[in-house]
Amino acid sequence: MINNSTMNRVDWPAQVSKIRLFLTVQLPALYKRYPFAVIGAATLLLMIFIAIFAPFLATVDPQAVAPLNRLKPPSWEYWFGTDALGRDVYSRVMYGTRVSLTVGISVAVLSTVIGLAIGLITGFVRWVDAIVMRIMDGLMSIPSILLAIALMALTKASIENVIIAITIAEVPRVVRLVRSLVLGLREQPYVEAAAASGTPLLKTLLRHILPNIAAPLLVQATYICASAMITEAILSFIGAGTPPNIPSWGNIMAESRSLFQIAGYLILFPSIFLSATVLAVNYLGDGLRDALDPRLSRRM
Amino acid sequence: MLSYIVRRLGATVVVMAVVAFVVFSLLYLTPGDPAAVIAGDVATSEDIARIRQSLGLDQPFLVRFGNWVWALLHGDMGTSIFNSLPVSKLIGQRVEPTLSLTICTLIVAILTSVPLGAIAAARAESKLDHAIMGFSVLGFSIPVFVLAYLLILLFSLQLHWLPVQGYRPISEGIWPWFLHLILPSLALGTVYAALIARITRASVLDVLSQDYIRTAQAKGLKESDIMIHHALKNAAVPIITIIGIGIGLLISGAVVTETVFAIPGIGRLTVDAILRRDYPIIQGVILIFSATYVMINLMIDLSYVFFDPRIRY
Amino acid sequence: MINKLRRSAILAVIPAAVALGLTSFSLPAQAQQQKTLRFIAQADLKILDPITTTAYITRNHGYMVYDTLFAMNSKFEIKPQMVDKFTVSPDKKTYTFTLRDGLMFHDGTPVRSADVIASVERWSKRDGLGQKLAESTDSWSATNDKTFVLKLKKPFAFVLDALGKPSSNVPFIMPERIAKTDAFTNITDPTGSGPFKMVKDEWVPGSKVIYVKNKEYMPRKEAPSWASGGKVVKVDRVEWLYIPDAATAANALGNGEADWWEQMPPDLIPVLAKNTSVKVENIDPLGSMGLIRFNFLNPPFNNEKMRRAVAMVVNQQDYVLGIAGSADNGKPCASYFTCGTPLSNNVGSSLLTGKRDFEAAKALIKESGYKGEKIVIISAADQPIVQSQSLLTTELLRKLGLNVELQAGDWGSLITRRTSKEPVDKGGWSIFHTWLVGPDLLNPGVNFALRGNGEKAWFGWPTDQKLETLRDAYFDAPNAAGAKKAAEAVQGRAFEFLPYIPTAQFILPTAYRTNLSGIIVAPMALLWNVEKK
Repeated sequence: MINNSTMNRVDWPAQVSKIRLFLTVQLPALYKRYPFAVIGAATLLLMIFIAIFAPFLATVDPQAVAPLNRLKPPSWEYWFGTDALGRDVYSRVMYGTRVSLTVGISVAVLSTVIGLAIGLITGFVRWVDAIVMRIMDGLMSIPSILLAIALMALTKASIENVIIAITIAEVPRVVRLVRSLVLGLREQPYVEAAAASGTPLLKTLLRHILPNIAAPLLVQATYICASAMITEAILSFIGAGTPPNIPSWGNIMAESRSLFQIAGYLILFPSIFLSATVLAVNYLGDGLRDALDPRLSRRM
Repeated sequence: MLSYIVRRLGATVVVMAVVAFVVFSLLYLTPGDPAAVIAGDVATSEDIARIRQSLGLDQPFLVRFGNWVWALLHGDMGTSIFNSLPVSKLIGQRVEPTLSLTICTLIVAILTSVPLGAIAAARAESKLDHAIMGFSVLGFSIPVFVLAYLLILLFSLQLHWLPVQGYRPISEGIWPWFLHLILPSLALGTVYAALIARITRASVLDVLSQDYIRTAQAKGLKESDIMIHHALKNAAVPIITIIGIGIGLLISGAVVTETVFAIPGIGRLTVDAILRRDYPIIQGVILIFSATYVMINLMIDLSYVFFDPRIRY
Repeated sequence: MINKLRRSAILAVIPAAVALGLTSFSLPAQAQQQKTLRFIAQADLKILDPITTTAYITRNHGYMVYDTLFAMNSKFEIKPQMVDKFTVSPDKKTYTFTLRDGLMFHDGTPVRSADVIASVERWSKRDGLGQKLAESTDSWSATNDKTFVLKLKKPFAFVLDALGKPSSNVPFIMPERIAKTDAFTNITDPTGSGPFKMVKDEWVPGSKVIYVKNKEYMPRKEAPSWASGGKVVKVDRVEWLYIPDAATAANALGNGEADWWEQMPPDLIPVLAKNTSVKVENIDPLGSMGLIRFNFLNPPFNNEKMRRAVAMVVNQQDYVLGIAGSADNGKPCASYFTCGTPLSNNVGSSLLTGKRDFEAAKALIKESGYKGEKIVIISAADQPIVQSQSLLTTELLRKLGLNVELQAGDWGSLITRRTSKEPVDKGGWSIFHTWLVGPDLLNPGVNFALRGNGEKAWFGWPTDQKLETLRDAYFDAPNAAGAKKAAEAVQGRAFEFLPYIPTAQFILPTAYRTNLSGIIVAPMALLWNVEKK
């Protein structure tokens, strides 16, 4: 007689063997084919982990000032040293991961979504195309730095403003990419066939267009993420970045910029984290590009 | 071809009009104003209001925009709110340093990245290829100012080979001019070079897989000849495109470079103007930026005809 | 074949280029017979008018191209500068001044009484001490081109102090045609009668300002002391460089690309310490004072108890370290007048010098009825001294359990935003930080942050009739002892009312290459008397 309960019990052995399969066979195979991408993904995961668990990883409150302890080099007590106000650099770098990752991922997601929407419209609606592309050209000709400074001067320094400013600068690039892809896809026989058979536009978009542009978009998104993190650092350097008391890697470096000869560790550690993360994301993007569609390497 | 150029120029005017309007609106919406900066520390609110009035800052939006456009059409970009010097003179003072920095950076970047990218493509998947691409990715993973500081630390402070900062006009001698531009060009050019190298490699790789290359190899042409006479020319279109798009990058990086190396360029002029709300300068500079950017991209699009005979306008 | 041609062409060009480069390298060296002093200024000179703005950089520019009737020396005495002799009537209501011989403006015209009167009148429309003088003034009149008379309605003990005021705004003397400009419109013509002439054509705003020696200037015979005495210029040309990045400025000085750095952040001293051709000194005898300024229009700091709670926990030592880096360059100063000057005193300072008491402060906050109103501290990320104070205060208020938010923009945003009288949720503010130089805090006459005149006051708009009355009493003081008592009374009230909280006194060191000599020890950078070997 069949025991119903055995059907409902979770099949642990099968799950475990799936994980084991991944770890022992699939992952090494992936690593062999795309070593840098896997390292990049692992680094990124590490950074995400740090960002989420920063409160537990940090040793002291990152905003606590202790002027008596200012400018102490790295030691057992202050792993990365202290800055000009006595704040612990290690804890600030841990918390800074949050800001930098938030900016990078938000900009990537926002610019991709907005760029996708605009690109799809311009690809399909002719009269909108001319106007929108001119506006995109106009936007591209205003350097993002100036836009960010203007926004900050308009209101105040905040993470939201930084994200908005960098997104505005990145959207035109996404739009260009989507538009060129859509224009190419529109001529494809299966799309024409769908139009001829009366498929509503939305369905065409979802079933035929989107799946084919997902890959390049994803790759582009990773590059945008990397570039956004660097841009945030540069904006903080100029003083138009995230608010000063909330640590971000760019911030930490900017505040201590004049001290690089005396307390180089203040710039060294955030720079290592920033560069490592940006490198990781870039390599991840390269790996994705090679894996999903080798022909993409021609375009990006 | 001619009609294409005319059409593009027409589009340029539209673009610049859009930019002008956007910039002017952005500045108009700014809650603060230069009157407070001018008035100084001890001013009262009434003093500031009087200064606003004398600067014409309290007039309605369309009136100010109209006045500005009208003056612009007569070649007058207005005067700085702070030092009352004409905007055209202020920008003119900074054209030479900016152009010098840009051209040197372009030369450094293109001369290093295109050959490196081509070599990487020719030796694809080899250790050399990985090394070059690795350096390239590193190149745009380091913020410009970190790179600048490292360069200063090494070449100026340790080795004493190059000056720390400053700009020397060509009129004071070619050699000092050049010396002062080496480090800034290196710092700024590295990021740019990294980007171009990647695209060069990708594009050349694509071309190298084409049949006509195989034919040339079969004919026994030297590799360098194949590269220079066949591959690069056909790979040029994406490379030139990225050079054009990368100019935006150059401007952003230039602001930082000019700050660190104390070069009196347009980047710093703009940042300073924004920070103290010197509207006429901001408007003038952004207009020039977009005009330059659009023109350069137009020239790049036109240059395609030279590189790829299939492209016709 | 074409390649060979190309190759030889390139090979020919290289030595030509090198030769060209070498010759052009040596040429400028030969042309450098004149002595040029390259001075890294504290800021970028944006405005040329020292009357419409109190910016210290513009004041310094003023000291280059203009001259003053009187000037203060290192003993705080007012000495004649452009004035040759003067007399005061027995009833102290008439002052007669006679100018020195040979005073000329840069455009060749002589300095006349009419120029002096127009300049002083324009200055007194903007400056606080000048306004006080104007209140007591009946008339200024010119007897002839070299003699002029001031008639007062009632005796005013500070006439000479006003005319010899060392810091912003300084009553510089300009040609009458320029001085007739409206006091709220910036002048653009830097013609003056001072020891230097500005070469306006070579001015690159944001990068450098060029001055040359005024060969027609007639210095006084006495030795220089602060801004008084003989202004003998010993160089031919001065270049004011603006280098925004502090590390770059330090390295430029160390490398010999500049001669003198006006003010350097104390943290960078180690960078230059090992350099034997650079000297780092504290030549500013008065230093500057940081301060926490409240907004008296918005809750919660319109409540005196809240302000006192903050004062009870402010630890000046922390601010000294945050601003100056170490005790070498700063010290606590719990006085509303610059420590080390005649009028600074200890009345009421136990509020800041006593033991810091967080519990008592929290109790006082409760007592004041604080309902959790949002406190907005506006700061400027590009001003390290402002920024470090803001960060320290933000932490302090957080420790007190207050609802505080730090909003940092740039200096331009800050000085714009602080003009807003709106509530905090409409773009207003609760606290901002800044610093003032020693000469601006010498006494109740010049200290514009120490007033209680409400709407007309400095940003923050405190209203306190008692403070105003006590300040007026200072002006009516008959002698030095009376002035000291009046100042003490003002400070006593200030520590009750708390128009602002002084945070620290600090000195920004100056750095110069060892081939310079003759730098005047003064609270502002004065470029005469400096020699370059």
